[in-house]
This record gives sequence, C-alpha cells and structure tokens, in this order.
Amino acid sequence: MRGAGASLAGALILFFARFITAVRGRWAGVEPTDEQRIYFANHASHGDFVLIWTVLPRRIRFITRPVAGSDYWLKGSLRRFIGRDVFNAVLIDRDRESRTSDPIAQMTEALDAGSSLIVFPEGTRNTTEARLLPFKSGLFHLAQTRPNVALVPAWIDNLNRVMPKGEFVPIPLICTVTFGAPLRLADGEAKPDFLARTEAALLALSPKSNAS
Amino acid sequence: MTMPHPDLVAVLAGILGVLVLASTIGFVLQRKLSPDGSNAVVENLNDRIRAWWVMVVLMGLALIGGKTGVTLLFGFCSFAALREFITLTDTRRADHWALAAAFFIVLPVQYYLIWIEWYGLYSIFIPVYAFLLMPIIAAARGDTEHFLVRIAEVQWALMICVFATSHVPALLSLGIAGYEGRNVLLIAFLVIVVQISDVLQYVWGKLLGRTKIAPKLSPSKTVEGFVGGALSATAVGAGLSWMTPFTPLQAAFLALVIVLMGFFGGLVMSAIKRDRGVKDWGNLIAGHGGFIDRLDSVVFSAPIFFHLVRYGWSAV
Repeated sequence: MRGAGASLAGALILFFARFITAVRGRWAGVEPTDEQRIYFANHASHGDFVLIWTVLPRRIRFITRPVAGSDYWLKGSLRRFIGRDVFNAVLIDRDRESRTSDPIAQMTEALDAGSSLIVFPEGTRNTTEARLLPFKSGLFHLAQTRPNVALVPAWIDNLNRVMPKGEFVPIPLICTVTFGAPLRLADGEAKPDFLARTEAALLALSPKSNAS
Repeated sequence: MTMPHPDLVAVLAGILGVLVLASTIGFVLQRKLSPDGSNAVVENLNDRIRAWWVMVVLMGLALIGGKTGVTLLFGFCSFAALREFITLTDTRRADHWALAAAFFIVLPVQYYLIWIEWYGLYSIFIPVYAFLLMPIIAAARGDTEHFLVRIAEVQWALMICVFATSHVPALLSLGIAGYEGRNVLLIAFLVIVVQISDVLQYVWGKLLGRTKIAPKLSPSKTVEGFVGGALSATAVGAGLSWMTPFTPLQAAFLALVIVLMGFFGGLVMSAIKRDRGVKDWGNLIAGHGGFIDRLDSVVFSAPIFFHLVRYGWSAV
C-alpha cells in the first residue's frame, strides 16, 4: 500500500512540476546513461531535486537518490512521506554538534548500494543575490572517498523565480536543467582547487554566464 | 454530445486529406534527398508536418467538443503562452502576488466570462479591471525599482496571452441569423486562413523571395513572400466562404484582414524576442519553439476578426 501511495504521489509531483515549469533537461556535456553519477546542483528552492528528478529518464530516476537535510524533511508526516518514501532521499543531519551519523558515510553507503546521488554542495538554499554560494567541503570529501564516480554539474535555472523563499504559491515559469561534462578529483588535487574547479564548472552552465 | 455539423466533418476531412498528402510528399522527399537525415530543409519540413498532425488532431478534437473543448484548449494555450511570456520578463520578487493573480485569477475568470458569454464584462475585464488592480497589488509590496516597466510587462503579457487569445473561443458566442450551430466553423476559418497564409508566405518566399521586408526583425521574410502569400491566402479564404456566413467577397476581405494582422503580429512578437535576446519563446517541442511561436499570428488577428464579424453579422 505504502509503495503504491508513494508511486502515485511521485507521479502527481512530476505532473505538477511539468505543469508549473514545463521543465526540460539539456544534456550539454553528458548523455543520460545508466552510469553511476553524483549530480551536483545549485540550490535555491526545496523543489530543486524534483526538477532534476523530472528530467531524468524514468529508468535512471529510480536509482538516483537526492541528499537532503533531515531537519527539514523529517519535520511532519507529509514531508517525511515525500522525502523518504517518494524520493527515497538520503537524509543527513546538517548539525555538526548534535549529529550521530556521518553524512559522508551515509552517502558512500548509498553509492556502494549502486545508487546515483543528487547533492547540493552549497549546503543550504541560496537566498542571496549571488548566483552561487561558496561550496562546502562535503563534495570534496565525497569525491575523495569514491574517486571513480563521475561528478556531473547540473544547473537549475529559474526555479528561484517560481517560488522565492517565503512564498507558497508557485508562479508558472519555464525552467531548464543543464547537465555539464563530468568531473573527477585529480591526483593530489587540493581541496580549495577542487572546490573552485567544481564551482566554476557549475556556474559555466548558467544561461546568464553564456549571455554576457 | 450532439453530432458534429456535416460542414465541420467536411472541413476536418479536407484537412486530413491535405496532411496525408503532405506526409506522403515529405516521405518521398526524405527517401530521395535525405535518406540519412542529412538534408536540413527536408528534415525541417518533416518535423513541421509532424507538428501539424499534433495541432490538427488537438484542434479537431476541440472543435468536435464544441464550446467546452474549444474553451479548454484555448484556456490551456493562454496558460502556456503566459508562462512563456512571463519567463522572459524582468519581473521581481515583489511581483509575486501580482503574477499569481494573473495566472490563477485573471486567466480563469476571463475564460469563465467567455464560457458564460458575458460580452459586456469579458471585453473590458483585462483592459480595465486587471489594468487597474494589478499595479495596486504590485505597489503594495513597496518595491519601486523599474516599477513602470514591470507592471507594463505584466499587463502586456495578459493582453496578448489571455485577452487576445480568448477571442478565439468568444467567436462561439456570436449569434448570426441562419448560422446557428455552426460557429465552430468561424474558428476553423480563422485558424485555416492564418496557417495557410504562413505556409504560402514561406513557399512564395522560397520560390521568388529577394527583397527583405524587415531585415532587422525577421531576416527570412521577403516582400515577394508576403505579397504572394497574402494574396493567395485571401483567395483561399474566398474559396472557404461556403463554411462561413459571408459571401465570397466578404470572406476575401476578412481573410485579407486576418492575414495582415497575423503578419504584423508575427513581426511584433519577433521584435520582442530580439529585445529579449532569444530565438524562440519556449521549448514546447525541441526545435519548434514554444506556444507563442505557433500562436502569434492567430492571437493578433482573433480580436479584430471577432469584432468585425460581431459588428457586421451578429445580432447579439
């Protein structure tokens, strides 16, 4: 029953996402294949991973798990249902002080089980005017632990206008998700260099950086 | 549901015949000129023919569905067009409530008024009420940066995508003596003339086109294509007078008005695209642009056609 409810809810969420955003995936530097990947994306809204999920082909969608903050997704039974049962999210505790499990270990475990991941290396939703916040070090540690998994940048465009922070009615606007060429941690690459390189690769996919 | 009028069945059968012929020609051309899919013109032609099939099937179903079908179809077209239009505007966070009102209040109310055929209100609802109320909602948020530009953009989007487009289903509310039950054919007439004119302008332009008509706006449009297309589409319109309440001469005049409005509407929408730095309005079907790219000519001609028919032929 729970499984059927979850797939029905999943279908509804996909329909709603398409209705509001007519979202389209642009595979600019990589093709949608079965290869195991870590998609890393900009984070402006709680709907971000829904859009990535929507543009992934169905087969790949079900082996791709978003990584999300448990403080948000475990609050309330509806959110818990959507986060856990519909999206099968890897829920991590973002609070360093209180957490009992290591987020990197949780993500590694999911990778070792064969899943691909969607991560938001900014660590939190970007509500500033800047297009991208500085990456947290999580992506580096993840790349260090599983250096063979391809890191694919995914730029989500326009969703911040659909539903700005604090609003609850979405405005229908056309969104795109652009996937760039895969990256990997180079031998001996230092953390700041790696983070700068991945940030630049993601920003380069933004239509605004191509326009100017 | 009642049976579709025999004239509508005849029109739809005729269009299907033309499409089957077009698909056959497209198939033969592909076999001869582009067996490996390398001839861009042939591939583009076949893509267009496939898009035509989708449009004709949707349009045909809507027309057979009568008022419900047509109102729903164009209501959805308005929604998709508005979504594309607002995407390209400079609206800000402070416009959030005004935009929500545009999508979820103004649009459904306009189509509801069309549905209940309240001419006195649907013809002023957006030009008067939305025009005055939307800036009030935007002003309430207190953000004055580019205020005039922002409210003008939203009003323009509503006028084009919702108000003008809704005049297509509004054609069903006209009461024309001796033409009862056949109003969907007015919509068929409008859409066929607009689309035939697009195709004929393209064909004449390819055959004879030399002099560019608006090089800055639309480099592919030529004087020869425009004149040839407009005149031959007018002739087609006259030939379609049997499905309308018009004499052949009247049908020719109305077709010419539709063609001219459609042509200039296309130029206006191109100017906006150039201003915004995009090639297409949206990404409905890869390579085919968005809803507005398909709708722009119909949108500009619909209100004028509606009012000419209303003043000239309608008793209501």
